[in-house]
Amino acid sequence: MPYSLELINISKYFGRRLIFNGIDYQFTENKVYGIAGSNGSGKSTLTKIIAGVLSPSKGKVIHKNGGKEIIPEKLHNYIGFVSPYLILYDEFTAKENLQFFAKIRGIPFDENKVDDLLMNFGLHKRSNDILKAYSSGMKQRMKFIFALQHSPKLLLLDEPTSNLDDEGKETVYKIINQVKQSAVVVIASNEKSDLQLCDEILEISDYKRRNNNANKRIG
Amino acid sequence: MKALSVFKKDWESELRTRYAINALAMFILVTISVILFSLGDEPVTEYLTGGLFWVVIFFSAMSGLSRVFVSEEERGTTLTLQLIASPSTVFFGKLIFNLVLVYLMVAAITFLYSLLFENFVIQNGMLFFVSLVLGSSGIAVSSTLIAAIISKANTKGTLYPVLSFPVLLPLILTLVKLTQFSMDGESFEFAWTYLAILVSYNVIMLTGGVLLFDFIWKE
Repeated sequence: MPYSLELINISKYFGRRLIFNGIDYQFTENKVYGIAGSNGSGKSTLTKIIAGVLSPSKGKVIHKNGGKEIIPEKLHNYIGFVSPYLILYDEFTAKENLQFFAKIRGIPFDENKVDDLLMNFGLHKRSNDILKAYSSGMKQRMKFIFALQHSPKLLLLDEPTSNLDDEGKETVYKIINQVKQSAVVVIASNEKSDLQLCDEILEISDYKRRNNNANKRIG
Repeated sequence: MKALSVFKKDWESELRTRYAINALAMFILVTISVILFSLGDEPVTEYLTGGLFWVVIFFSAMSGLSRVFVSEEERGTTLTLQLIASPSTVFFGKLIFNLVLVYLMVAAITFLYSLLFENFVIQNGMLFFVSLVLGSSGIAVSSTLIAAIISKANTKGTLYPVLSFPVLLPLILTLVKLTQFSMDGESFEFAWTYLAILVSYNVIMLTGGVLLFDFIWKE
């Protein structure tokens, strides 16, 4: 069933400081979207609003699966999220983390799928180590496994290649190309190589002005 | 079922990190010791031991029960939890964890109290037991909700008892009265009004918690 996402007049203020204003945008399946902007421009804020973990000051985000609107209570089942702000449980091993996540989501723990993901991201040999012993790059790889474990329909990637080596980046790009066949992929990044994967780019700086009606799409 | 998985994750995490249990155990020991030292050889009335019993429970609860949300916030794992579970699942999972913690805490305090205070004699054990169960549930429900509120604040340690005191005061006053009745050997019929207050308190706090938690949980 096709997944779509619509941002309607989204604005965000932190106190009196305007982050962005009047974002109207549509995201559809089989495409990779980029959110670009300088440091502190609000890329992460927008991804959090899309993921439903942060409320916009104004406007609405509508997620639809098969043409039917998804209620906020169920939204987390459809979203895979990777972000520098995402921290997994350090006291558990990689496998324990993933087992707990599956149980809390209420889905069966698919050992084969998890093993494949661990293998793809080169963590299979360390899957029984606690995350505390992982390097920052390994933790970043683990975040991807967390995001992909439940086959999400919307994959939100905030600075996806930070802390990753070249091999890790290649794996991420390969996964993005696979996932986009059946999901919406949104990448918030400054990295040129990340944004080169995108079919459309939403430039945050276009939405910085008050009463801004800008709605530009750069292909 | 999903809430139970959140509880299991928290319990396993607690066994490894001893985030709340150690704080609670130390607080119980320290408070009871301070009371014993300060009383010295002074004769203590039955009613006073009953009042002090709830003072120990209140302050011990203040030291440990906020950890359910504060530990997630301090470790930065709140976002992870937001991405894998609905707010109601998180609230009930954390509530089960706090219920178990409060029951264990109250059982330990009651045991130590019975050993160390000669005048702490309960005539109607059943009435005391019912009061303990209802009172502990009330403390767990309100503490869970307040913990969620203060976890986002900068001054978590100070704010928790300050916010909890007015919310828990009607509960503690009722429990002190019911403890007196239990010491006097009064019947259930006699104490009925106070038991009804406890039941009402639990229902109101649980309903309020379920309704308000969505707003607290989402930034």
